[in-house]
Parts: sequence; C-alpha cells; structure tokens
Amino acid sequence: MRLYRPAPIPGSEITPESAWIMRRDLLRLGAAGGLALAAPSLAFGATELAAKPGGYDPKEPLTPEADVTSINNFYEFGTGKADPAEKSADFKPAPWSVKVDGLVGKPAEFDLDQLMAFELEERVYRMRCVEAWSMVIPWIGFPLSALLDRVEPLGSAKYVAFETVVRPEEMPGQRGVFQPLPWPYVEGLRLDEARHPLTILSLGVYGKTLPNQNGAPVRLVVPWKYGFKGIKSIVRITLTEDEPASTWNKMAPNEYGFYANVNPEVDHPRWSQATENRIGGGGFFGSNDRPTLMFNGYGDEVASLYAGMDLKANF
Amino acid sequence: MGLPALPRRYHPASIWLLYAVGLFPAAWTFYLGATGQLTGNPVKVFEHLLGEWALRFLILTLMISPLRDLAGINWLRYRRALGLLAFWYVVLHFSANMILDKRLAFDVIVEDITKRWFITIGMAALVMLIPLALTSNAWSIRRLGSRWTLLHRLIYPIAALGALHFCLSVKVIGPEQLVYAGLVILLIGWRLVRPRYMAWRRSRRSVNTGLAPAGPRPK
Repeated sequence: MRLYRPAPIPGSEITPESAWIMRRDLLRLGAAGGLALAAPSLAFGATELAAKPGGYDPKEPLTPEADVTSINNFYEFGTGKADPAEKSADFKPAPWSVKVDGLVGKPAEFDLDQLMAFELEERVYRMRCVEAWSMVIPWIGFPLSALLDRVEPLGSAKYVAFETVVRPEEMPGQRGVFQPLPWPYVEGLRLDEARHPLTILSLGVYGKTLPNQNGAPVRLVVPWKYGFKGIKSIVRITLTEDEPASTWNKMAPNEYGFYANVNPEVDHPRWSQATENRIGGGGFFGSNDRPTLMFNGYGDEVASLYAGMDLKANF
Repeated sequence: MGLPALPRRYHPASIWLLYAVGLFPAAWTFYLGATGQLTGNPVKVFEHLLGEWALRFLILTLMISPLRDLAGINWLRYRRALGLLAFWYVVLHFSANMILDKRLAFDVIVEDITKRWFITIGMAALVMLIPLALTSNAWSIRRLGSRWTLLHRLIYPIAALGALHFCLSVKVIGPEQLVYAGLVILLIGWRLVRPRYMAWRRSRRSVNTGLAPAGPRPK
C-alpha cells in the first residue's frame, strides 16, 4: 500500500525545456566565471584552493598547466588523451562522499568539506606514465595516512583498495557499446605504501581544485609508481587482508603488475621503460627524452619498502 | 550507375593532385612539429598520424576494385597512387620512429623489431611493401605478366598485418582500432565472395536481357 502520494504536477508548473536548458547553461557559466560564491566544495569546475608549501619539489621545470589538464588517461571519459578534457563537462564532482570501510575500527564517510578540512599541502611531484611519458605536477593534497589514522585500521589490515565512481550518465566512456575497461576502476596499495608520507590524496592542482579530467574531486597520487596507480574520482577506500584487484593488472597481468613501481630495468612487454618523454613544448628537436629513474627518483624515500623483494618478478 | 565522368584530359592532373593532397597531412604535421606547435608528445603525435594515414591509404587502395564491382565507379587510375601513398606513409612512419623517436639508436631499434611483437609485425608489412612499390610501374607490369598480379596480392597480408600492428600497439583495443580492422576484414572478405557474386550477377544479367547463359542454344 502506498502511504505517500505526491500531488500531481499541473502542466502549468512544468518548466519549459528552453528555460531549463538556459538554467543549466547559467549554472555552468557561473561555475566557469568564478561566480560561485559558495564554499569551494560546492562549486563546479576549478576554484582557488589554498595550501601551504609541502616541501617536496624536484626542482625541475613544471609541466605547463595547459598540458597537465589536457593530456590525460581517464578511460571513464574515453580512451583518447584529449577525451577527458573534452568530454567531462557533464561530470558533477559535488556533492561527493568517500566511504572508508573494511578492516577499520571506525568506518566513516568523508564529504568534500571534511576532505578539504585536512591540512592541505602543495607538493611538486614527477609523474611517470606507464606509456613512457612524464610530467612535473604541483599537486595539492594531504597524506593518505592522515585519513587512515581517522578510521583506525585493524591489525589484520594489510592492503588498501580504492574504487572510482561509476556514473555512465556523466561519464561517456562508461556507456555505449564499447567499454574499454570493466567498471568500477579499482586500484590497491600495500598498507605500508598507503601510509608512506609521499602517498597523498589530491584535491587540487596548480593552485585550484582538480578539474574533472584530472580526477575531481579527489584522487590518489603515488609518485614512485606508474600513473595508472593514481586512481581518480575515488568513492570508496577499503582496508583488506588480501591483495586487492587492480584494473590494469586484471586486464593484462603480464603487462601491468600490482606494484607498478617505476623501474627502468623492467620493460613493458611492448615498449622500453628505460627512457621517458617529458611532456611540454620543445617540438621535434628539443631534447625532451630523459632516462627514467628507479622509483621515479624517489628511491631514497621508498626503496626500503621493497628490501629483499625481487622487483623483476614483482613488477 | 556512376559518377559524372572526369574528362580524360584531366586524368593525369587528378592523379598528381591526389599525390599532393595525400602527402599534405604528413607535410603539415611535420611543419607543426618542427616549429613546436604540436602539444604534448609531438614525436608520438607525428608518428601515430603517419601510421594511421598509411592504414587509411591501404584501405583506400583495397576499396578501388569493390567500388567498381558494386557501385560501377571506375577509379582504377588512382589505385597506384593510393598504394604508393600507403608505402610512403609506412616509410615515413618508420623513419619518424627511427630518427625522431629513437634518435638513430640502432641497438634500441633492432631490439624493438626483434623483441616486440607488434613492431615485428609492422616491420614485416613494411618489408613486403617494398617489392610492390618497386614494381608499381608499367614496365614491371609488362615484364612480370601474370606474376605481377600474383606478387601484388601481397597487399592483402600487408593490410591485415598493418591493422593487427595498430591493434597490438595500444593498451586497450578501442573503437578506432575496431573500425580499421573491421574495414580490412571486410575488404579482404569481399575478395573471397567476389567470384561467386560476379558469377551470380552475370547469370542475372543474362536472364534480364533474355539471353541464355553461354552454352549450346536450343534450336
């Protein structure tokens, strides 16, 4: 039996389609023009985001913002590098909430304001894509360990699993006949990797909140691993006892390992990982190729995590 | 059925125009890259563009004869130019990889060709294209006779390997790869059913015109 019957809507009250469309455009305009005076977490698109200097800077030239926000791998919006920037306008990164559960003492949900309330730092990290190109990016975010501390992982927790949002209506790569990957996109880290001070949850880049194509509103950044480990638009973080699945590893286990540490000595079966192309200007004849560094140059900080491990077998 | 015929006197000019238009994407993109106007990874952008145009010209080459069979459009005069454009794009694609991408580090280039399957496959297609390009002249056609036709059937494995090379080069096979591979399969598949189709059409035509198929006629 239906207890509640909504009142029928008289035809005279239905918003004409033209007005509805105009309103959508106005909203979009407002967001783009910085008209949104509400809290940053409520605004669409990139807005200013304050952060203190985080003390990480490789002292290499930054990749231009235009490249960082237009050359992306984010298959939820399409497989082309330009697709995420071109096809993510309908994505709504607010409101948002990240559920943290699994082997934790205090499961919790974090909304955007709660995430923004962590102490945000700006950190300049190298980003090495598994496709042998790289960038230098000024992220804004906070150590993942700070969030993990809040939920109090149990002693039995050994791994951290991450999950991207599934919204076919807003993400064109998730709908249609052709689906490049199984959704949701999932990733994982060992708990000690997740707790490492270099591992951050990022909420912004280049002084602003993350644009949709970069994984708005919250993404993972693990600078010593290939870029695909940096899962975007996270909705769930689960602490587990067993090694969680990761999307690319499931797709092609011989090409993408669970660890995916940047390693110039272990080639991808179809291309060399010894060198990388630093994105950003230069044309054909600029020397943008450079040798790839072990652990992407973060060996001093992270090599001890893998002491005694065969990194050729655990690629 | 057919298009308005191009007067014969314009045929040579139209072929030269095809060469010019066909090479334009390579020339223009090279100009953009050389002057620093390609964003992102300019060498890879150029390399991939050359490879894609090579596949496009291979597919166009294979479309000439079905176009004549099925639509009555005879563009046979453009087939050599299309085939040669495909050849030059493959050569440019490989050169861009060797010179701009690998900077003539021959140990790396050899390792790529011998160790990485999709590159081996692409290289095989390039090698097979060489005899076709060398014999794409009237003299060779006269000289080789029926062996020329046989030799130029290599275009089918070349197109198949080209499409396979494209599919194996990406992380996930996407709609673009499927379109190219699908077209190549369709065009090669057409060759398999063509003899039967032509026989059927001949028999139908003879019925329509009231003529019995060839053979002894009733008295």
